[in-house]
Amino acid sequence: MRAHPAEYELVAPGTLTDVLSLLARAPGAWLPIAGGTDVMVQYAAGKLPARKLVSIWNLPELRKIEISTDEIRIGAACTYTDLRRHEMFAREFPLLASAASWTGGIANQNRGTLGGNIVNASPAADSLPALLVYDAELILVSARGERRLPYSDFHLDYRKTQIAPDELIRAARLPRRFSGYYAHARKVGARKAQAIAKVCLAALGRIENGVITDARLAMGSVAPIPLRLHETERAIKGKRIDPALMQLAAKTAAKEIRPIDDIRSTARYRAAVAGNLVAEFLERLAAAETGA
Amino acid sequence: MSKTSQRHSKCEITFTVNGKSVTVRAHPMERLLDVLRHELGLTGTKEGCGEGECGSCGVLMDGALVNSCLIPVLQASGAAIVTIEGLSADGRLCALQQAFLQCGGAQCGICTPGMILAALHLLDKAPQPTSQEISEGLSGNLCRCTGYMQIFEAVKEAVRSGASK
Repeated sequence: MRAHPAEYELVAPGTLTDVLSLLARAPGAWLPIAGGTDVMVQYAAGKLPARKLVSIWNLPELRKIEISTDEIRIGAACTYTDLRRHEMFAREFPLLASAASWTGGIANQNRGTLGGNIVNASPAADSLPALLVYDAELILVSARGERRLPYSDFHLDYRKTQIAPDELIRAARLPRRFSGYYAHARKVGARKAQAIAKVCLAALGRIENGVITDARLAMGSVAPIPLRLHETERAIKGKRIDPALMQLAAKTAAKEIRPIDDIRSTARYRAAVAGNLVAEFLERLAAAETGA
Repeated sequence: MSKTSQRHSKCEITFTVNGKSVTVRAHPMERLLDVLRHELGLTGTKEGCGEGECGSCGVLMDGALVNSCLIPVLQASGAAIVTIEGLSADGRLCALQQAFLQCGGAQCGICTPGMILAALHLLDKAPQPTSQEISEGLSGNLCRCTGYMQIFEAVKEAVRSGASK
């Protein structure tokens, strides 16, 4: 059933303050819409529960990228195109740059926003594993003020998050301390362009004389929420990369994730691929040190 | 589904289409795609999937390629929209359209307007695109007829003939 536009309200107050006071007056009544790449799909299919929407597209307060010595602060309404165009991401946060380039085609990258990807909270979202391994912190804002939350605490369960009904994500902060890490991002989907991930991996690693000194791994599409692979990290840290470790890492990852069968893949396939992706990461990490 | 729901009135929304200022009366959540086609009679913009996968409703909004099926018209307020109708002047096709014609880059024609606008957007960002950049730039546009090779060729031909400067 198609939605009838007359049944929906959409307002565009134009400033962050006005949007926040609208949300404060009737918490939960208004659904924020930025680029619409998720919301409009649900709307067109007649599956959007909200009837009142407030546009936050192009609010200047939410579309800034600010860089200081020790962090980069990405406004929640920055688009994937904004992330791809900014040279900082390719240099210091390549996992996020790759994720931005994988998300949809160019038209969706011009409209889809980082904040939208976060609040939409799809376990298959491309950019979220990268935010986990980069230790992102979210700045949430409401008429009551701002609060900060480690991104790793944001997702509670499938599509359940910590955001309050009167809050918006204002920005994500990434500490600038991962540029010395080897970065590896991999998405497995039905095809290269446009596809939603069956499994995706964002991984950072450091290695010295063949020994892993640090590893940070996160995956999408393998659990109800984007998942950091703490157990797998523990299993490989301080270890020398060899075939036995690769096998152990693959097994640990396959056990640590909680995949399901759905239209895109099966739990069994996902577990096998997740293991392979982790093994592949270790192989690349070892090769990166030896310059192979 | 059939619970009685409140009906809201239309509002006036002004933006420019192909260089001309227009004011439409529309519900703010109406899709830009529908307003272009039904209110403004610009039926060059096509609806394919209606969910941002196929690119056939592509238009330029303030210079950025967007899927007009995913734009509530209120968000187009004050924007400059370019549709396929805006590329030709006095019945003369632009060089990019000419290249599509010459290379057989169109068959049934449903994807063609979006494809050409995506190509235009690509050439604006990368005037001398590599083959990789062409396929990436058009990756959000699905064509079920041509197999894409003639389309890629058309973009290359447009570059050769100086469509992008």
